[in-house]
Amino acid sequence: MKIAIASGKGGTGKTTVATNLAHTIAKTGVKTAYFDCDVEEPNGRIFLSPQIEASHPVTAGVPEVDMSKCTLCGKCGRMCRFSAIVVVGKKVLTFPELCHHCGGCALVCPTGAIEDVPHEIGRIEEGWAGPVRFVDGSLEVGVSTGPPVVRAVKRRARDEDVIIMDAPPGTACPVVETTKDADIGILVTEPTPFGLNDLKLAVEMLRLLEVPLAVVINRAGIGDSGVEDYCRDEGIEVISRIPHDRRIAESYSRGDLIAESVEGMQQVFEDMYKRIAAMLEGAAEQTE
Amino acid sequence: MKELVVISGKGGTGKTSVVASFAALAENKILADCDVDAADLHLVLEPDVKEQMDFSGGSEAVVRAEDCVGCGICAKLCKFEAITQDGPVNSSGVKTFLIDPFGCEGCGVCVEFCPAKAIDFEEKTNGESFVSETRHGPMVHAKLGIAEENSGKLVSFVRDKARKLATERGVDLVIIDGSPGIGCPVIASITGASLVLIVTEPTLSGLHDFKRVAALTAHFGIPTLVTVNKWDINPEMADRITALADQGGVKVVARVRYDPAVTQAQVARTSVVEHATEGIAADIRRLWEEVSAEL
Repeated sequence: MKIAIASGKGGTGKTTVATNLAHTIAKTGVKTAYFDCDVEEPNGRIFLSPQIEASHPVTAGVPEVDMSKCTLCGKCGRMCRFSAIVVVGKKVLTFPELCHHCGGCALVCPTGAIEDVPHEIGRIEEGWAGPVRFVDGSLEVGVSTGPPVVRAVKRRARDEDVIIMDAPPGTACPVVETTKDADIGILVTEPTPFGLNDLKLAVEMLRLLEVPLAVVINRAGIGDSGVEDYCRDEGIEVISRIPHDRRIAESYSRGDLIAESVEGMQQVFEDMYKRIAAMLEGAAEQTE
Repeated sequence: MKELVVISGKGGTGKTSVVASFAALAENKILADCDVDAADLHLVLEPDVKEQMDFSGGSEAVVRAEDCVGCGICAKLCKFEAITQDGPVNSSGVKTFLIDPFGCEGCGVCVEFCPAKAIDFEEKTNGESFVSETRHGPMVHAKLGIAEENSGKLVSFVRDKARKLATERGVDLVIIDGSPGIGCPVIASITGASLVLIVTEPTLSGLHDFKRVAALTAHFGIPTLVTVNKWDINPEMADRITALADQGGVKVVARVRYDPAVTQAQVARTSVVEHATEGIAADIRRLWEEVSAEL
């Protein structure tokens, strides 16, 4: 079962939900993994404090040009859709930070002057946080392309019964890469106009990807009723409401798991998991 | 002309609330919302759209099943793992290949190397941008299509438009609301900017993300300021962040307290400094004075 935790808006509590949910599920004896796919700002390890056992570089090809073979024909520049390589006068300029690592320039070069040389664009680390198998990816600072690192994280899946995937904020490519093959997407939002606006975008995204979804309202009690009204009108189930509570904010600020440090929170995550499992079972029965 | 970019690393630290208040406080400026895949500034500034433009960030490859010979070269060459043999069986009995539109980055490699020339590559519209008027002046904003690629290109497009508008109107300041993270839209919003303000929060996550986003602005050599928002949630963590900023060459500017007025202002569709005069509103005024002095 692959559960993606996403949000649209940043800072609504994705990582809080993802880490506490993984921790709570694993404690019940279910084989559980937590994958931090927010590779631009991975924070899951702050809360899960994993013992890291292995670290692997993620590489992607970036062109290097051998000028002794180059005829300045310009085919590479015409092939590249990202303006990452261009022939200017008697020189070939490359812009690695614009490169999407598609390999097109090297393939199209008629004289073999371009080599697709692997560069480290990020790193995957894996280990254990108690009973939770932990994997995270971290994009190298200055590199713009997160999706290859997200794919590398997802390739570390083994035989877990439940994989919790912590997505980045937004609705663009790295989020799509994280959520597109999930069995369910849990959208964490807050009951404010910004939360609602970005929730709508995230709902549209998951519907387009045909991923079933449910909503968790964090900091319930602040703001207005817009999110509740929207979910009711759209027939979206709100599976949990985490109260607005200063103890939660403080526990989070210290990097603690609220399921362990704030009274009543473990029950909240146990119930959340039960609800998710029931929704997926219901969906499976419908397909049969 | 100066460009001030407000970013955060971590999401939800209060970037947009700060920008909305700056919009109310700054004289003569153009506003640009470069958080194109989760834009919120319009909710507070209620723009009156004057001009709308479609945005195309690239093309999308689509296999014409009828012409596919099933050789699989496209799938072998695709670095994005976007092509699988899941297309229909065509009238020649060939099990065809299919390109996942959500995996395709539009590089065109499959199109170029398909021996049967069976892959179309049409430019697509993947967002729109707007020039609007607000109660605090002109604003350029955009909406990336859901699940679309090329948010970085759309950010560059919005910035260009905002700069042009500033030149046309003889305005010498552009205030940019950026996106969270350190990836392509963030890089597109800060490269070549005059000043970056990082809005962070006093949590371990905020600290961790601040380090990464400050490393990014250093990488591009952009002068950077930092403010700790909601500092009183964890004063000790706020001190740790400012100490770290001092060591790293990031100038620390006025802190902003935690205040429910921020949410109240949002619900009232207004900025904090228009909603309140005391407390947090005073903090943000001081912050703007210090930031504008650096411009």
